[in-house]
Amino acid sequence: MAAVIWLALGLPTLLATASMLSRRRRWTRYAAIIASVVALVSGIALVVLTRSTRAVTSTAAVTTTAMTTAGGILRADSLSAYMLAVVGLVALTATWAGLPSKDIGDSSDSVDPGEGTYSALLCLFLGAMTLARLADNLGVMWVAIEATTITTAFLVGQHGDRRALEAAWKYVVLGSVGVSIAFLGIVLIYAATTAGGAPTLSWVLLAHPAQPLDPDLIRVGAALAVLGFATKAGLAPMHSWLPDAHSQAPAAVSALMSGVLLSVAFYAILRIRTISDALLGPTPMRGMLLTGGLLSLLVAAALILTQPDYKRMLAYSSIEHMGLLALGAAIGGPLAIGAVLLHILGHGLAKPSIFVVAGRILTAEGTSRIDGVHGLLARQPRLAVPFLTAMAALLGFPPSVLFFTEVAIVVAGFQQGLGWAMAVALTLLLVIFAGLARHTVNMTLGKADSTGSALPSVRPSGAMIPLGLALALVAVIGFLAGPLRDVIALAVATLGGTS
Amino acid sequence: MTDAGFTQVLGSCAGVLILTAVLQLWRRSLSGSVTLLALQGAALSALIGTIGVAAADPELIGVAVLVLAIKAVAIPIVLGRTAAATGARREDAPRINPTAALLLSAVLTTVAYLASRPILGAAPDAAQRAVPVGIAVVLIGFLLLLTRRQAISQLIGFVVLDNGIAMIALLTAGGVPLVVELGVSLDVLLVVLILRVLTGRLKHVFGATDLDDLTELHD
Repeated sequence: MAAVIWLALGLPTLLATASMLSRRRRWTRYAAIIASVVALVSGIALVVLTRSTRAVTSTAAVTTTAMTTAGGILRADSLSAYMLAVVGLVALTATWAGLPSKDIGDSSDSVDPGEGTYSALLCLFLGAMTLARLADNLGVMWVAIEATTITTAFLVGQHGDRRALEAAWKYVVLGSVGVSIAFLGIVLIYAATTAGGAPTLSWVLLAHPAQPLDPDLIRVGAALAVLGFATKAGLAPMHSWLPDAHSQAPAAVSALMSGVLLSVAFYAILRIRTISDALLGPTPMRGMLLTGGLLSLLVAAALILTQPDYKRMLAYSSIEHMGLLALGAAIGGPLAIGAVLLHILGHGLAKPSIFVVAGRILTAEGTSRIDGVHGLLARQPRLAVPFLTAMAALLGFPPSVLFFTEVAIVVAGFQQGLGWAMAVALTLLLVIFAGLARHTVNMTLGKADSTGSALPSVRPSGAMIPLGLALALVAVIGFLAGPLRDVIALAVATLGGTS
Repeated sequence: MTDAGFTQVLGSCAGVLILTAVLQLWRRSLSGSVTLLALQGAALSALIGTIGVAAADPELIGVAVLVLAIKAVAIPIVLGRTAAATGARREDAPRINPTAALLLSAVLTTVAYLASRPILGAAPDAAQRAVPVGIAVVLIGFLLLLTRRQAISQLIGFVVLDNGIAMIALLTAGGVPLVVELGVSLDVLLVVLILRVLTGRLKHVFGATDLDDLTELHD
């Protein structure tokens, strides 16, 4: 079973190296897709394997012999296996749909060498996210999350113009400083274990009730770690890099960042929350996450209403969904945490689809301004139909799974006596709903012969199958109660869900 | 090493760390800032080495060598070359003037001492007593990041912040495990290299490395 873990980590690295070495070859375009499939297959394999044995520990022979921590650095349990499968699924959607179209006219076997580098960075990015999911060591998880910043830095600045460079600079500086704060938190958590006499960074041991810990250090450390990772997860008030990076990156990269990178950082928050809750009770984390969640919803509501740019609008919608996840984590308990995990999957599928379509709209219409796009449904049905469907899924129209998860989070909030917070959240969600719906209607409906269509519109190209599959999955997931319920329930149990 | 000698060396290293951080606020010449950064890296390495020798811990001594190579040699060289390549020599107009920045650093140091009370516990040993200095270095790193306009100065602020965190890690927990330390050092080095490349592109596209030019993206 350990082989699956090594395969999931090794293959993306291998693919990245191969793409770098043979970067003029056409096949490098598919390297990132293969890496996504690897993540998906190994994630599903681990989900199946962990169901029977609950926990696989790979005693990483080379790296852990020098370690004083008990157990291995890599570990797959129900939660990390589920999250890995989500990474694979989302990455497959994003990379497959974001594939450069074949019909540009070059039939030669070679491509621009920049494309090989691009694929290599994407593979490394996927590898880093896989490592973040499979590390049972807060330090290694931190290194992996920081590595995602490093691998995506050049992907964000890919276009090389002023705006892309500005976005890349802000992304790297804010992202790195944010996770540095998280590292300070992790250091203090480590100090809390040395004070207790048994130094470890394994989050399994940290969450274990028998672990001697210094409560003061854990309180400060957990707060700093959550604050730092919240920067990377795009929670307000540390979100300012997100709309810039997501709007300037190439579509497939925005899709990946929004669909999974945010939730990788959020996964770290969930793990730290478990440690803090086990020792200090739910109050300290609940306060922080509730503040972050409500602020994120507020920021998203305010800026979506007046947003002139549709890619930035989608970025703010990501902040909204991260805010919802933070609210769910603040509420706690099996219902809310289960809904959070399912929401990560649903948002992870819907958001990349819409980012990819937005990228195609940008190519076809030549503008990313909302008021520059009119009557899309009449002129470009191949763009408008997936855009509308994905937006409906994001807005939570049933049968989109996001409808069920949002209801579950709100219901759980009322059950836990957080009625006032839920009332505020619902109001803000309504504002966001109205804003997104108004912009979408302005873009897609209306007459075709308005000013925007004076430009000769380019025929859209790109695969439709991945978009169709992803959106269909969003619609049916909510009804896959049988197999999925077990998987989610086991994952919730790993997070110390008090069921 | 005697106990008193150990405490003295420890205190001197911590002193150099905070002094170099404060002087960063005052220096405007970029080459001077880079030299200060190299000095700070060396002091951090010496601090790690001292504790490693005192605890007879070969892992910590290895970390000291690693930190010396990365923080005192590699990063300053990269930054020096960036400064030379982009032609940026001085931090001409920081957002607050040096006098105010120096006063603010005194306030931040006081804050650091107050904030470190819950972390230190009842009976701190010699190493733990230096923790507030680490926090002060972190806060001054933040101040540099927030108030500097040149791309390279912001990078220096980031490294100062990171040095402070490394110092706290060492003093509170005796350093992090070697695997993590390796990963962290590599990550910091890569971030500096990436920002160096981006600085070059900024110079190419904007014609300068003044971060106040980055104003196109906003809501």
